[in-house]
Amino acid sequence: MAAAPVLEAQGLTRRFTGVLALSGVDFRLFAGEIHALMGQNGAGKSTLIKILTGVYAADEGELRLGGAPIRPGSPAAAQRLGISTVYQEVNLCPNLSVAENIFAGRYPRRGATGLWRIDWPRMHAGARELLARLHVDIDVTRLLSSHSVAVQQMVAIARALGVRARVLILDEPTSSLDEGEVEQLFAVLRRLREEGLAVLFVTHFLEQMYRISDRITVLRNGERVGEYLTADLPPPALIKAMVGRELSAAATRGSASGTAPGDAPTMLEAHGLGRRGHLQPVDVSLRRGEIVGVGGLLGSGRTELARLLFGLDKRDGGELRVDGTPVRFAGPAEAIRHGLAMCPEERKFDGIVADLSVRENIVLALQARLGLSRFLSLGRQRAIANRLVQALAIRTADLETPIALLSGGNQQKVVLARWLATEPRLLILDEPTRGIDVAAKQEIMDEILALARAGMAVLFISSEMSEVVRVSDRIVVLRDRRKVGELPGDSSEQAVYHMIAAGT
Amino acid sequence: MTVSPLGRRVLAHHLLWPAVTLALLLAVNAVFNPGFWHLQWRDGHLYGSLIDILNRASPLALVALGMTLVIATRGIDISVGAVVAISAATAALLIGGELVVKDGVQSHVSRVPMAVAIVAALAVAALCGLWNGLLVARVGMQPIIATLILMVGGRGIAQLLTGGQIITVYYAPFFYLGNGFLLGLPFAVFIAGAVWGVLHLLMTRTALGLFIQAIGINPAAARLAGLPQRLITVAVYVFCGLCAGAAGLVVSSNVKSADGNNAGMLMELDAILAVTLGGTLLSGGRFSLAGSVLGALIIQTLTSMIYSIGVAPEVNMVVKAVVVFVVMLLQSAEFRRAARGWVWRGATA
Repeated sequence: MAAAPVLEAQGLTRRFTGVLALSGVDFRLFAGEIHALMGQNGAGKSTLIKILTGVYAADEGELRLGGAPIRPGSPAAAQRLGISTVYQEVNLCPNLSVAENIFAGRYPRRGATGLWRIDWPRMHAGARELLARLHVDIDVTRLLSSHSVAVQQMVAIARALGVRARVLILDEPTSSLDEGEVEQLFAVLRRLREEGLAVLFVTHFLEQMYRISDRITVLRNGERVGEYLTADLPPPALIKAMVGRELSAAATRGSASGTAPGDAPTMLEAHGLGRRGHLQPVDVSLRRGEIVGVGGLLGSGRTELARLLFGLDKRDGGELRVDGTPVRFAGPAEAIRHGLAMCPEERKFDGIVADLSVRENIVLALQARLGLSRFLSLGRQRAIANRLVQALAIRTADLETPIALLSGGNQQKVVLARWLATEPRLLILDEPTRGIDVAAKQEIMDEILALARAGMAVLFISSEMSEVVRVSDRIVVLRDRRKVGELPGDSSEQAVYHMIAAGT
Repeated sequence: MTVSPLGRRVLAHHLLWPAVTLALLLAVNAVFNPGFWHLQWRDGHLYGSLIDILNRASPLALVALGMTLVIATRGIDISVGAVVAISAATAALLIGGELVVKDGVQSHVSRVPMAVAIVAALAVAALCGLWNGLLVARVGMQPIIATLILMVGGRGIAQLLTGGQIITVYYAPFFYLGNGFLLGLPFAVFIAGAVWGVLHLLMTRTALGLFIQAIGINPAAARLAGLPQRLITVAVYVFCGLCAGAAGLVVSSNVKSADGNNAGMLMELDAILAVTLGGTLLSGGRFSLAGSVLGALIIQTLTSMIYSIGVAPEVNMVVKAVVVFVVMLLQSAEFRRAARGWVWRGATA
């Protein structure tokens, strides 16, 4: 590219309490291009975007906009400079009109005397004009919530663009959109590209990224791996760049459970299980004593699959069988009655009951299954909790300590203990090792293997592909909320990434 | 300063500050009213200011017990005052009563058997609770808005029932609920005590307490653990309605009439206040039934105090507000810590 970049960063470095989140990263963004920022969780994508948009300041390095050095101190300052951002969560007010949302905080005022009077006609006209630029023609006086999510996203973009934006940054813009809405959004982005705007976006959907972007910057562990033309970087090369391992350097331990029972009875079977906007219909089955891993990047539909199986979300198609009998769970309570259990992804929000003690947290699900009247005596509760605290080596002062006071790894073990107390036949683990230290991680993994040896079926979801291939008898591979295939347990990590990359 | 293990347990007990507050208020009462502690046996029952307080606090304690469970699930029920009025009106309407002289013998006759009237009043109150519970758990309304509907509408229903009049009851057996004595103590105390006792058993002998707390602290986790979250939420509102209904019976029996316009007026706020004074947080989760009963006693003692001091009627609300404010400050651990800091600095300066 001959022209100078609109936005240029050199040697950006940022530390958080000693941890290097971003280390000497260079970055270029040109006018009239759509640029994708790729990387795994924790690669530094958010940190980079937050520096570009003035949320954080860089510890080292410099930023240039149109050749001139800049130091935006806040998102508002960045926006005044012409760098606009649309965040993952559409942060608009659903109970205000479209026009009010677009001009929130900067309503046009009328006349010198009417200093506080809002100039409604001017605001509505302005809103219509901004939306027309995106080729969106809607009634700007209606409430934002009366429009679809896709249109709300357009409104967010219109708000971000204002009049003088030169750079538009989109953080996971498509995560809540369905296929048609994504197409709508992409059409808008292409038009903005033609107008000469520089667009930077982050997504976990590879296929969408290939459809829309011109260039890719890949980050890994806070460093820039490289900058590529999209056409020059096929999916396997991209994934290699993101994951950072040679395709041949595969070290697997294969089926560690050792049982891999090909003839064990099927415990759970799903056919065409799906939910619109969450997960395209998938087939999954689990035998007794089998560990089925779920491979896929963030946003590939892993958690959605777990929630559908556990009855947390209602499926809108397909069939679910437990021990060959069709079932339809109205909620988790019914799934639990059929012997299912689930450690959720968000431990803080869905897992622990913070003010309750370790003992109360452990007996909660078992007590729920027993019902109100068959109350476990305090002695029984203590015995159960004690047994599990010892079995899982949970480190707590005593059983009456509030769970909130435990470390993340020990909290996770308590949640696991809660489910083991119900003696489930199928355990769904959604990111059981996220955000916990290495030792606790190892203990949890060992426990999972032991459980499977004892005949429990386990559905294992993890972002760490090395864990998935290590423990699984079979791996279900998801991408873009669809199942793209299955691999045997002794596959290499690279085989999984290959399948993710190749899957269409 | 060294504190013995027992002393430390007392200091850390969640009922310490409500108990201290009650004791202080009783002491102030005794200063202004020399005969305050005096109890005497008259007409086969105990008689005195303390007994008055117990009797008058009973309906509030009933409502506060129901409110405690609702608040523990992160909810609130501001319709209880209206439900008190509805229950009172229903009972008064059904009993009515007249004096019949037959063969020279006077006897009171009720319109329908008293038991039927009582059951009907409680049933209507439970129905009110069911409505609230369904709005919250099924429709998904915010509790304060859901119960606001019945707070406003319920008062109207009570007035429709009474035809805008004060209905007087002429049936002596009904008066026992609010004025009678059993074993020398007001009968209403036994009603409140029985409800408290039943609740205590439910909390200690069943998993209800654990479930209610889990739902109040983290509804999402509770649902995921398989708790019947909606059912319990609805049940808690129904129970709260029932408690308000029982309070309505006591109130109407006590004044031998039902006033759709004034019965249970502002009782929802006193009940919420009682729960808060008792140490249960409005944010839900951990709760204390005994604390709420203490809270009801505190409020009633305060009311008596204001009357016995002789505060002019037009300023008694202000006095009450000031006292409540001071009590709340005293009960706040943060304020106590800050206050200790001021005293400490004052002493060293």
